[in-house]
Amino acid sequence: MTEALQEDGLVLGGLTKVLGGRVIIDNLHLVVKKGEMVSLLGPSGCGKTTTLRMIAGFLIPDKGDILLNGKDVTTLGPEKRPSAMVFQNYALWPHMTVFNNVAYPLKVRKLSKPEIEKRVHEALNLVNLMHHKDSRPSQISGGEQQRVALARALVQEPDILLLDEPLSNLDAKLRVKVREDIRDLQRRLGITTVIVTHDQDEALSISDRIAVMNAGKIEQFSTPQELYDRPETEYVANFIGSLNHLQGGYNDGQIIAGSEVVGIRPEDVIFTKGQVPGSYSATVELVVPRGHFSEVYLKRADAELRAFISSDIPAVGTTGYARISKALIYQDGKLVRVA
Amino acid sequence: MARREKTRSKSSSPVIKVFLLIMMIALAFFILGPLLWLGIHAFVSNWTYPNLYPDGWTFHWWTQVFADSALADAIRNSLIISPIVVIASMIICLPAAYAAGRLHYAGRKTFLIGMFAANSFPKIGLFASIATLYYALNLMGTVVGVIIIQLLGTIIYMTWIPAAAFAAVPRNLEEAARDAGASKFKVFRSITLRLAMPGILVAIVMSFLASFDEAQGTYLVGAPAVFTMPTEMYSLVQNYPIQVAAVFSLLLALPSVLLISLARKHIVGGQLAEGFQIK
Ligand SMILES: Nc1ncnc2c1ncn2[C@@H]1O[C@H](COP(=O)(O)OP(=O)(O)OP(=O)(O)O)[C@@H](O)[C@H]1O
Ligand SMILES: [Mg+2]
Repeated sequence: MTEALQEDGLVLGGLTKVLGGRVIIDNLHLVVKKGEMVSLLGPSGCGKTTTLRMIAGFLIPDKGDILLNGKDVTTLGPEKRPSAMVFQNYALWPHMTVFNNVAYPLKVRKLSKPEIEKRVHEALNLVNLMHHKDSRPSQISGGEQQRVALARALVQEPDILLLDEPLSNLDAKLRVKVREDIRDLQRRLGITTVIVTHDQDEALSISDRIAVMNAGKIEQFSTPQELYDRPETEYVANFIGSLNHLQGGYNDGQIIAGSEVVGIRPEDVIFTKGQVPGSYSATVELVVPRGHFSEVYLKRADAELRAFISSDIPAVGTTGYARISKALIYQDGKLVRVA
Repeated sequence: MARREKTRSKSSSPVIKVFLLIMMIALAFFILGPLLWLGIHAFVSNWTYPNLYPDGWTFHWWTQVFADSALADAIRNSLIISPIVVIASMIICLPAAYAAGRLHYAGRKTFLIGMFAANSFPKIGLFASIATLYYALNLMGTVVGVIIIQLLGTIIYMTWIPAAAFAAVPRNLEEAARDAGASKFKVFRSITLRLAMPGILVAIVMSFLASFDEAQGTYLVGAPAVFTMPTEMYSLVQNYPIQVAAVFSLLLALPSVLLISLARKHIVGGQLAEGFQIK
């Protein structure tokens, strides 16, 4: 851990947390670099919120330590940590105006009145909410409440910003806009950020790196591209994107008998009318339009494959050739080979 | 089909309207009637059965009430004792209510049902046993004795309502304040207490009225040394003209009316209503 100690940013060293007699977080390691935006991505119940609450100080880990910019904060209360959190349901105080909600952290820090006013106005301008500064939280929309919560976190100028599914209460359109806004702000302010989500699109589109979690552990921690191209475990391969999941072995562009698992991305299955090297004869069984592409079910002698095809979509019953351009081969759940 | 439905709903609505009207008249008769009767009697010189109209109007009974030392003492006692009872009740019960409100659901339910059960037995038995204890402690006929007796009747309000109010404060509103840098005490003051305040105000009003109206126990341990307005009523009804009783009853009703209208304005119109809109 010594080399990590020198590093700015967030270090989670072997966090373990038992809740209700169950190990919820199991020896979790994670290093978030300064200014980086990292997603904790995983299915419901895998321990994302628990991890975030340990970083924020609402839970104290049973084992392991938490370093923020080289400082050990493992046992500090939330009020003593240089972190700020945006809650899933925003947790705005209903008895205070928008202005006072955002001013609260500064009032607690006993800043002078003009200083508070200046910084609250800056924060509200940042999230475009100046016109609502005298409104009550109950009088503004969900998206606006979300931005107030964000302003309340940013006004503290925290070393690390923590977001727990900040977009899950917004409708689909707004979600895409707000996540871009958050990403934009995060980049501009260069603020180290950990965001919890169970939406892979969200994680893939806004993160510098993604930590895929499974049952209290991190399965893989890498950039969105790498996660997609080279999922280190079968679990990650299944969780991120779409996958043809085949039992057997892989040789020379074909599925053969074997004890491995072959994962093939549908976009790596290429359908052609004529034969090319590595392609084998295939029949189109089913075509499901998916908007800007179609999901095409192909039957080959060795396997049934799903392909994503975006132009020249073949009709059902067409015979042609299918080639596998890339396969991920897993043994005991671990990636052993990319072919 | 739709047509019949329509005529049916039309024919049923006047029935409901008439029923509601009758209910309202009955309510007015039973609530406002006695008040009106009191209101008139407090200002008439004399008004007895065969006469259709009062003999005359006067403020005489009011001056009599305030001039009579026994009655004035009772008013003063009531106005001093009830606030003390409420404050003592707050000091004793609110911490317990907070603790109960923060308990997990099952624990809170046990606590509240326990409080309720303790309150549902006939009080007179409890008062009698307390009286024997009071003789031993020389509390019979003392203001302190009366305060303790009245305190018992406020406990149910001062625990139940605030406990529910504390329990209703969303945890993550407190967590957000901790996260913003507030100490536990600051969070309690600026968030928890503030959001539970409507409930606490209701409890204060209910407790004040419970104490102010308490007669049974107060009479048992207070008489003949300490009289409050309700216990004074006992002797008043027997020993004074009916008009004096009317004046006294109006005085007794005054705090209830004042407090309830005040509470209505602050609780229903303000915070409480707004607090429930939070997502
Ligand atoms: N206080 C607690 N006592 C017992 N078990 C708990 C407690 N808090 C959380 N858990 C359990 O820990 C597991 C992880 O919870 P957590 O809230 O971290 O999941 P999550 O990944 O955030 O899921 P979601 O996407 O649904 O929010 C869950 O199975 C949950 O039931
Ligand atoms: Mg969660």
